[in-house]
Amino acid sequence: MKLRDEVVTLAHGAGGKATRALVEGLFVEELGNPLLAPLSDSALLEVNGSRLAFTTDSYVVKPLFFPGGDIGDLAVNGTVNDLAVAGARPLALSAGFVIEEGFPVADLRRIAASMALAAKAAGVPVAAGDTKVVERGKADGVYVTTAGIGVVAPGVALGPERVQAGDRVLVSGTIGDHGIAVMVARGELQLEVDLQSDTACVLELAQALLTLGGEIRFMRDPTRGGVATALNELAQAAGVAVHLDETALPVRPEVVGTSEILGIDPLYVACEGRLIAVVAAASCDAALAALQAHPLGAGAAVIGEVRAEPEGLVLLETSFGGSRVVDMLVGDPLPRIC
Amino acid sequence: MRFVDEFRSGELARKLVHELETLVEPGRAMKFMEVCGGHTHTIYKHGIEDLVPAEIDFLHGPGCPVCVIPMGRVDDAIALAERPEVIFTTFGDMMRVPGGRGSLLEAKARGADVRMVYSPLDALELARRNPDREVIFFAIGFETTAPATAITLLRARAEGIRNFSAFCNHVTIGPPLKTILDSPGLQLDGFIAPGHVSTVIGTRPYDFMARDYGKPVVVTAFEPIDILHATVMLVRQLREGRCEVENQYTRVVRRDGNPRALAVLEETMELRDTFEWRGLGWIERSALKLRPEFAAWDAEVRFELPGTRVDDPKACQCGEVLVGAIKPWECRVFGTACTPERPIGTCMVSSEGACAAYYNYGRLAKRRERVPA
Repeated sequence: MKLRDEVVTLAHGAGGKATRALVEGLFVEELGNPLLAPLSDSALLEVNGSRLAFTTDSYVVKPLFFPGGDIGDLAVNGTVNDLAVAGARPLALSAGFVIEEGFPVADLRRIAASMALAAKAAGVPVAAGDTKVVERGKADGVYVTTAGIGVVAPGVALGPERVQAGDRVLVSGTIGDHGIAVMVARGELQLEVDLQSDTACVLELAQALLTLGGEIRFMRDPTRGGVATALNELAQAAGVAVHLDETALPVRPEVVGTSEILGIDPLYVACEGRLIAVVAAASCDAALAALQAHPLGAGAAVIGEVRAEPEGLVLLETSFGGSRVVDMLVGDPLPRIC
Repeated sequence: MRFVDEFRSGELARKLVHELETLVEPGRAMKFMEVCGGHTHTIYKHGIEDLVPAEIDFLHGPGCPVCVIPMGRVDDAIALAERPEVIFTTFGDMMRVPGGRGSLLEAKARGADVRMVYSPLDALELARRNPDREVIFFAIGFETTAPATAITLLRARAEGIRNFSAFCNHVTIGPPLKTILDSPGLQLDGFIAPGHVSTVIGTRPYDFMARDYGKPVVVTAFEPIDILHATVMLVRQLREGRCEVENQYTRVVRRDGNPRALAVLEETMELRDTFEWRGLGWIERSALKLRPEFAAWDAEVRFELPGTRVDDPKACQCGEVLVGAIKPWECRVFGTACTPERPIGTCMVSSEGACAAYYNYGRLAKRRERVPA
């Protein structure tokens, strides 16, 4: 994909087509190598016969504290989840902080404490760190970058290339909670919605699914760009179609209602503690049971299936009886005027 | 979820589709224009074209507020936004609309202070909080959004807020409908008339369409069941030889509209002599400007604008899409040079735009139609 823009716009950071153009048309062109090439959540490295998963992510959420979490646990969970869906157990994390001059120390301590709790829950140490302070006005409070390294057990084989027609698509819980909770917490909408971010560590869910062996084909955490973007990337990478059943999508009424008011689609809204899994049809019930056995997966559901055609597309059978394409967005979902 | 699920009931849809199947005459094509971009969005989002009998064809009308703004006005907006003292506020889907020199999103990336708001009242609040800046609101939309601008202007005047102004691009729905009805070679059997705009203006402004042009009109709400219901009402009118303005959106729309909204519009705005519409050209008395009493809050009066007219891109056929003359995919640049990533025409920008809706949701139907029978 070519990058034809002259300046970087916010659309390039939204996880959709514009982001892809930036990554493929600039970073891959300049930095491309076999480890980066799959452009998956984690890179896989072979070291002395072991397979290591390696990933990094930056967090620029606003507000820094929101119902259900804050930038600290988000930064830990996000990176742990990227390792978990690659089939890895995390070994260690690093954390880098870019802090704006004048930022309250009490808030920074609160963020660090929240990171510690999340890291403890995931059983992973924050083993390295860095701090930089920039002048007032040059950053929005604090930005956090985490990186993580994990080890993939022998025999685990996950990837889009393993996905086949007939496989089932599962999600581990309700979709869009995080994105809507944060949007509402910004206070720009004057909406009162009782909703918490879903930020959580999906490591145990991922490990439970890995007990299915070869029947588990692929996992992703549907963060920026939501379920729709994650499945579009899968459909294109695997050369398959994903058919979703709208009536099966687990969406909270609060998320449906807020999305209706704003004119956006929950399928594109970020989750921070959910996992998408593609499993062989024969193991679908076992996978669903494995997810539902865990408190974090209580709301898990089978939301669709993989078919051969039409290649590279995600389709939604609407509850209304029609069907439509679920495309990747260009940038952020823009609220409609009327 | 209440007030959503009942209007998306698959069971009710099947009943309405069955009724349509019994009503249509096999082989007799019927073309209905859904005027409003919100309807276009619903039709594609819920796959309604798949459900109705093949005899029924939906054509997309000019009622997408983003789609009808000409490129020169976008350039004017960017010029305002680039003034150092200005905080330029806009509805979200206007951000990516291309003018002759890029979009507001690109202007923002170059350093202009462009902010997305959900209501003009949010822009007024920004003005209160930033007394040393000039806050300009990019007022666009039909009579649907215009009353909110009007209320904001009245409040700015009442509170004596002088650093707020509106760049008024509000348009009215009647004149472009007349332009479409007057266009030569028109092949339309009826209109699915807009819902939200009718909550303000009522149903009387459509009377001329039935009376003078012999076209049935049904004012329609935005859920998929509403669209199917309206389609049944239109087909019934045709079958029974009636030609009336009917109201499907009775839960909100009144014959005389919303008198309070109309009163604030009347108080703050007046018709322009003429206004350019993207793709439709100049239409007389089709847009609103602020009354002279509100000059102190009128960005067009207070700031110098380039005011340069920009021709629509030659390759772009938005105009023909907006009057229903062609389907989005029949445009020569649809999906090739013009995509949601790189829109040439406005219809490809907003999710209410016929081309974007078709590109995002409906490409399957196009694939099916390409299969030779």
